[in-house]
Amino acid sequence: MNKIRSLEGLLNRKQQVVNNPRLHPKSNDDAGMVQVKVGMATCGIASGARETMNAFLEKMERENLNAVVSQVGCVGYCYAEPTVEVHKPGCEPVVFGYVNTQKAVEIVDKYIKRGEEINGILPVDYQTIDAKDESKHKQIRIALRNCGFIDPENMDEYIARDGYAALGAVLKMSQVEAIDIMKKSGLRGRGGGGFPAGLKWEYAYNNKADQKYVICNADEGDPGAFMDRSILEGDPHSVIEAMAICGYCIGASKGLVYIRAEYPLAIKRLQIAIEQARDFGFLGEDIFGSGFAFELELRYGAGAFVCGEETALIHSMEGERGEPTVKPPFPAESGYMGQPSNVNNVETFANVPAIYLKGHEWFSSIGTETSKGTKVFALAGKINNVGLIEVPMGITLREVIFEIGGGIKGDKQFKAVQTGGPSGGCLIEKHLDTPIDYENLTAAGSMMGSGGMIVMDQDDCMPAIAKFYLEFTVEESCGKCSPCRVGNKRLHELLHRICRGRGTEEDLDYLRNLSFVIKDTALCGLGQTSPNPVLSTLDYFYDEYLAHVRDKKCPAGQCKALKQYFIIPEKCIGCTACIKACPTNAITGEKRLAHLINQDKCIRCGACFEKCKFNAIIIQ
Amino acid sequence: MNTTVLQDCQIQTIKDICASFDNQASELINVLHKTQEAFGYLPAEVQQVIAKELNISVAKVYGVVTFYAFFTMKPKGKYPIAVCMGTACYVRGAEKIVDGLKRELDIEVGGVTPDGKFSLNCLRCVGACGLAPVVMIGEKVHGRVEANQLKDILAQYE
Ligand SMILES: Cc1cc2nc3c(=O)[nH]c(=O)nc-3n(C[C@H](O)[C@H](O)[C@H](O)COP(=O)(O)O)c2cc1C
Ligand code: FES
Repeated sequence: MNKIRSLEGLLNRKQQVVNNPRLHPKSNDDAGMVQVKVGMATCGIASGARETMNAFLEKMERENLNAVVSQVGCVGYCYAEPTVEVHKPGCEPVVFGYVNTQKAVEIVDKYIKRGEEINGILPVDYQTIDAKDESKHKQIRIALRNCGFIDPENMDEYIARDGYAALGAVLKMSQVEAIDIMKKSGLRGRGGGGFPAGLKWEYAYNNKADQKYVICNADEGDPGAFMDRSILEGDPHSVIEAMAICGYCIGASKGLVYIRAEYPLAIKRLQIAIEQARDFGFLGEDIFGSGFAFELELRYGAGAFVCGEETALIHSMEGERGEPTVKPPFPAESGYMGQPSNVNNVETFANVPAIYLKGHEWFSSIGTETSKGTKVFALAGKINNVGLIEVPMGITLREVIFEIGGGIKGDKQFKAVQTGGPSGGCLIEKHLDTPIDYENLTAAGSMMGSGGMIVMDQDDCMPAIAKFYLEFTVEESCGKCSPCRVGNKRLHELLHRICRGRGTEEDLDYLRNLSFVIKDTALCGLGQTSPNPVLSTLDYFYDEYLAHVRDKKCPAGQCKALKQYFIIPEKCIGCTACIKACPTNAITGEKRLAHLINQDKCIRCGACFEKCKFNAIIIQ
Repeated sequence: MNTTVLQDCQIQTIKDICASFDNQASELINVLHKTQEAFGYLPAEVQQVIAKELNISVAKVYGVVTFYAFFTMKPKGKYPIAVCMGTACYVRGAEKIVDGLKRELDIEVGGVTPDGKFSLNCLRCVGACGLAPVVMIGEKVHGRVEANQLKDILAQYE
């Protein structure tokens, strides 16, 4: 492979790729080829995308059709996996959902060969960064601009979409000029803190040292969030390109990606991409003939949430226990191996090439006064369209949940949405029309966080959710400072007691006071934010807490200890199905006579409730 | 604690892994990843060899092993089962799945079946939240799992 040594060389390569129908089928003209793109991210593969892809390949071969079948990253419609985009010459591309092997054959027979309309087409609901795109869709894809469109393991597809052109352009600027563009764009960190990226780069640039480092935080610890995984699986080159750009700006020749070991596919695709970037000369010595050298290495996490915190992350990369240290010094002064280091999140980096390609004016025209650009959210929980979305800052929760997200699953009542994961809080009905940006979410008692959005409905018990998060924090606390180690444990014990119906009203006051103490005294961001789920649920769902401590009832019917199962004798026909289902032999009764649950033996597992076909079992 | 006696070839494997990282103490976590890949778990004896090779104290190795949830000092089953207890899976009923598996396998979380076939653990988010609740068995991700499917899923593993 001849390395590409100049921006002109890159543009030539792009022309070659774009004109080669095999590499870049021009499905827009009638003579082009059919293109089939199968979503092959972790969730797609788990839903059978590999089998789907094979079915397409076999069918095309059998039918002798001239088509290109390729793999792409996550398109975002996780609820409808496996998803497949079909682009027929002269037609608009369409995305099909729930494509199993049968559906694949049907798509080829009916849609591709005979042009018949078939169902299963998912609506396209996003704008691209293409200037010609004048659609009025709610979503705008900047960080996800290539995710689901290109084969992440094929460098040429990235080049065809202006890949590495931003790096080439930046290397012709001075460092100060390049940093200035970053500052003017208004891009803020997407990893949770929301610190302006340009300023951070400037600090690192100003700190002189022989060796500096660019670090990408791909630890994505917030359970229920999968934006960073999707970006790395769908478009790894954009992160590599951005890290090289950052390296040039701050004067670092080395980059490190700290990635969680739970993401094997993302690791594999990143490794492939790094190899390719080396082959093409986008990593290594003398990049684009500018004299700038940059190398990239991977470091693996090992399942510790606190390692997402930047100082802990750096210690973990040095082979130590991932315990955080007090800031300052900030990583920009003394980071990896004591050298100035710039830590940014995956999504932050993914925005960078687009900003240099399209200009900071374009980027800062999107979003609100204080929060520019877009944010990727992972919609999950009790929502119809579970998936990955990218929306401009300033959009309301209502638009996200009820328009893009398709509303609450099973037509249940919306109760709350948790943003910011274990460090955030819940937002409720009254926040639905608040524009989403960093400041507004913090003011509402939650935070932007990394972008997980867990939607909850009437069946979710809020004290139990708070308990769930505290359980997480207790497990993940590194134990270095006592407010976090001991305090969170006490919070969890209190919540446990409340959910078992053993709490008192004084406990609720104690819960609140202790939360404030922990927030004020903990060492790192983990402890300083861990009581947030408790405080925000106390604020918005105090009645529910009261019901637990005063009436010993769980209004949502979730808390096992407060539940009792009863059989209504009039409805029970004596089919014995529940007797067979009960794991503890707590149900007795003769065939065709009403059964009875022995409350002492019942472990409240709900197995009988699920088995009963006659609605004869009720929960109280 | 039970002691494991390492064979010479096993000690050599560990030494080779350490050497591939130039016996650098800062590579400890990478060494542990590779070693766990090779042995399935990291018993005390293995940690002792690593400490010696990297020229650090056993306490330090032990400190790191126990800090990170990914490392385990207990052997897992032939088919390690990990139920996701991340938030998305939790609100979609992961607890019921854990209860169901405990009943089905008759072991607690952290346990191994007497025949060594299955072990049961919980983990936090594999990033397939769209398919919640999620159960991983070995490398395979099972999505949208319901409690009444567990028997059939387990039966796929011989
Ligand atoms: C407990 C805790 C966990 C964190 N986890 C992550 C994480 O998983 N991913 C991430 O990018 N940032 C995480 N952060 C934020 C990082 O410390 C840091 O602010 C971020 O990586 C900076 O990048 P950004 O400016 O691009 O957002 C976490 C912070 C705390 C306090
Ligand atoms: S919460 Fe279970 S996969 Fe993310």
